Amino acid sequence: MRVRTTAIAAAVSSLALLTGCGAADMTKQASPFANAQGAKTVTLSVQSWVGAQSNVAVAQYLLEHELGYRVDTVQVDEVPAWDALSQGRVDALLEDWGHPEQEQRYVKDKKTIAPAGELGVTGHIGWFVPTYLAKQHPDITNWKNLNKYADLFRTPESGSKGQLMDGSPSYVTNDKALVKNLKLDYQVVFAGSEAAQITQMKQFAKEKKPFLTYWYSPQWLFKKVPMTEVKLPAYKEGCDADPEKVACAYPHTPLQKYLNTDFAKNGGKAAAFLKKFKWTTGDQNEVSLLIADKKMTPEDAAKKWVDSHKSTWKKWLP
Amino acid sequence: MATITASPPRLGLPGLLKNRAVQKLLLLALAAVILVPLANARWASGAWPSGLTVDLSEPLAKTSDWIIDNRDSHPLFLYFFGHVSNVVVIAVRAVYLTLLAIGWAGVTALGALVAWRVAGVRLALGTAAAFLACGLLGMWVPTMQTLALMVAAVLASVVVGMLLGLASGLSDRMDRVLRPVLDTMQVLPAFAYLLPVVLVFGIGVPAAVLATVVYAAPPMARLTSLGLRGADKEVLEAVESLGSTARQRLLTARIPLARKELLLGLNQTIMMALSMAVIAAVIGAGGLGDRVYQALASVDVGAALAAGIPIVLLAVVLDRVTAAAGERLGADPEPRSGLGWLYVLAGVVAVAVAGRLVGRLDWPDPWVVGIAEPVNRAVDWMTAHLYSGVPVIGGTADWAGHFTTWVLDPMRDGLQGLPWWSVLLIVAALAWVIGTWRTALTAVLAMAAIGVLGVWKPSLDTLSQVLAAVAVTLVVGFAVGIAAARSDRLERALRPVLDVFQTMPQFVYLIPVVALFGVGRAPAVAAAIVYALPAVVRITTQGLRQVDPAAMEASGSLGATSWQQLKQVQLPLARPALLLAVNQGLVLVLAVVVIGGLVGGGALGYDVVFGLAQGDLATGLVAGAAIVCLGLMLDRVTQPTERRAKKGA
Repeated sequence: MRVRTTAIAAAVSSLALLTGCGAADMTKQASPFANAQGAKTVTLSVQSWVGAQSNVAVAQYLLEHELGYRVDTVQVDEVPAWDALSQGRVDALLEDWGHPEQEQRYVKDKKTIAPAGELGVTGHIGWFVPTYLAKQHPDITNWKNLNKYADLFRTPESGSKGQLMDGSPSYVTNDKALVKNLKLDYQVVFAGSEAAQITQMKQFAKEKKPFLTYWYSPQWLFKKVPMTEVKLPAYKEGCDADPEKVACAYPHTPLQKYLNTDFAKNGGKAAAFLKKFKWTTGDQNEVSLLIADKKMTPEDAAKKWVDSHKSTWKKWLP
Repeated sequence: MATITASPPRLGLPGLLKNRAVQKLLLLALAAVILVPLANARWASGAWPSGLTVDLSEPLAKTSDWIIDNRDSHPLFLYFFGHVSNVVVIAVRAVYLTLLAIGWAGVTALGALVAWRVAGVRLALGTAAAFLACGLLGMWVPTMQTLALMVAAVLASVVVGMLLGLASGLSDRMDRVLRPVLDTMQVLPAFAYLLPVVLVFGIGVPAAVLATVVYAAPPMARLTSLGLRGADKEVLEAVESLGSTARQRLLTARIPLARKELLLGLNQTIMMALSMAVIAAVIGAGGLGDRVYQALASVDVGAALAAGIPIVLLAVVLDRVTAAAGERLGADPEPRSGLGWLYVLAGVVAVAVAGRLVGRLDWPDPWVVGIAEPVNRAVDWMTAHLYSGVPVIGGTADWAGHFTTWVLDPMRDGLQGLPWWSVLLIVAALAWVIGTWRTALTAVLAMAAIGVLGVWKPSLDTLSQVLAAVAVTLVVGFAVGIAAARSDRLERALRPVLDVFQTMPQFVYLIPVVALFGVGRAPAVAAAIVYALPAVVRITTQGLRQVDPAAMEASGSLGATSWQQLKQVQLPLARPALLLAVNQGLVLVLAVVVIGGLVGGGALGYDVVFGLAQGDLATGLVAGAAIVCLGLMLDRVTQPTERRAKKGA
């Protein structure tokens, strides 16, 4: 035992020696790749959907070319991004779809994260069918008629029921409860990632096959695969309070930006710029389409948008 | 379950009953007759009874809250984890800055010269070509980031692995304690422990490096222990007779004698660490993995491939160089000359200084070749023409549909329809017939643990997918392996293909798999097959080739046809290798269950991804634990008696 305690003591003290004595603040650690050539660095978190990539691409381009920062991006899902933001591992989260629990913990209680205003884009989640299908069966766009058409949406995966395709596990979804509470003859099939879901939707659309899917706007795919929303029972404030008993549509959410509190205070021009950053759904889709459909790199896509929208972004510069 | 601990009785019954397997099964049947009605009366049959589950979500949620609330203030974090994290950051940063300072020419020269010293001219050229290719693909900076991460992670894994290996190599008791720990570390899907690591260390490099160490240290530990145990007794006795102390014996005899195993351990550790590079990107490790992951988000296979190829190249180069170094160790104990290494150093310094003087440290932008677009076009063409409507054989989507309806559905429904106690009985019977009562007990307990954790149904869903994937993998793998064992040319042609499939990050083929097979369990099975097939083919080929040539000649001279030779001589003699192939196939398929969750496989894989994405420790960890239990059960069920028997009870 004595040997082991000495070993542990030795390990701890050598760790302390190596990194400078005393307490090590877990919130004060940047990425080892940051500031590599002595530049000021901003670290932005990117979420896995293309809209979030577009926000970051444009912010990154302007920070680098107009304000002289070096920008690192880290891809993380929203919930882990809140955590990373609170620890100062990333400086900003540019598109949040509403996480009341995290807001309570980090913004109100711990005060490690500061709100940075609206992104200017309003997000909406819903159930969608391709427009070619809605034209064939106009009444398919009301949830009350969905059971009548369940056969159309059958796949090997959903068995004898219709398939309602859901996407990435990082999304906000009540679909399982909705199917149950609205007594729909459907099976929720999780595609497991947005990439898989988009790939499948494109395949269906290519063959003009019927499909019913969880999807959200703003989203570039609408330009490639036109889709029509299925009406669910109207959303009322608080109708989605109990996740088990939800029987209403999803709300329209003005998307929010958040900054690390320290960064918001001491981030200088970068922080001021990110607080002012505010654009429209149309702007975001323009960039998204360039990235996801034209396969441009986010940087090239951002450059293209920046070059043609000078009046929009001039207002964001501090 | 108590019955399984009873030892087989020595009954003097004649004939069939003397057969041990039959005895075991009879005993099991007897136990079932007594226990099943009891269990049935207490908990009605069907899925796992809810009375026998333990809900862990409450304590796990509390743990996660505690960590978040205390992370910035508790001494444990301030004085321990904080420093660990700092050391990692400093180490990675030091390597990264060094690599950047040497410049691309210097790094290429360094790689090539080191390869030349330890492995010869051919590999030196290959190494240089590999580095240049990383630059040409426009991936120089991410490659350096990944390399810096790898250096830190591999060093840490080697240190941890050697310490664990020393402990278990020198003490039998430690060996017994550590064995299940190492087993678990290897079977636990990396995704499941990313979350706890992130909770403690936050997103970023420290968490990524530590997660990699958990994954990559076990092979080093196992091989270190193996090397120490395998040291030549006579040499050790000779050293002992010279009156050396235990520590001297360890340093001067046992460790040098185990050199070869240590090097093999290093090789394995590097491979495992590289395969974590992409998974670690999910928690913000940066580098090549991050590029693959970001490309996936915009459904861009070409860009993902451009970042995936450098990973494959790094893996192949590092594998060949360390393997060649290992072979040299055994072959010629060449006189150590410091001179050669001096040349290496001088060469690198010269190139680096030259690069700095010319001002060409960064990879020049015009030298980047874009491969993304042609690749995407090829993928589009493939999926457009194969997905459906192919005359006669039908499209890939049809196959996937049939596979789901005719194979996966009946298997899942069948497994889920079985009463829970009968699943335990089947597991017990299989494991006991193939192994000993100990292996059977472990298998049954692992299966029961799944029920207790409350994930019985999704686990059986996952099990059905795993079994289907393994079945297909074995059929294809054995066929290809047999063909490769019979033709040198085919084996040579296959080698690079197998290399690529074994090291290509799974994220790269996610989208093609969905584009071909649609969303669901079929693409999940396909991804698993792609991943597990190379290992099965390799082990099969090697096993068949190692069959004693004398036996082959003898049967040939007796006039056996080639088919008879295969069936009656080669396959039976290669049985241990084939069993190993089965075992490895299972382990590898299980390792990509989580990847399957990303393409619609659902069940446990999806739960693990969900846990990570939503910061939900309860869902993620429980599903991860269930995958470990499945792995443990399947491993025990396929572990033949010989292996266990040798270790002895």
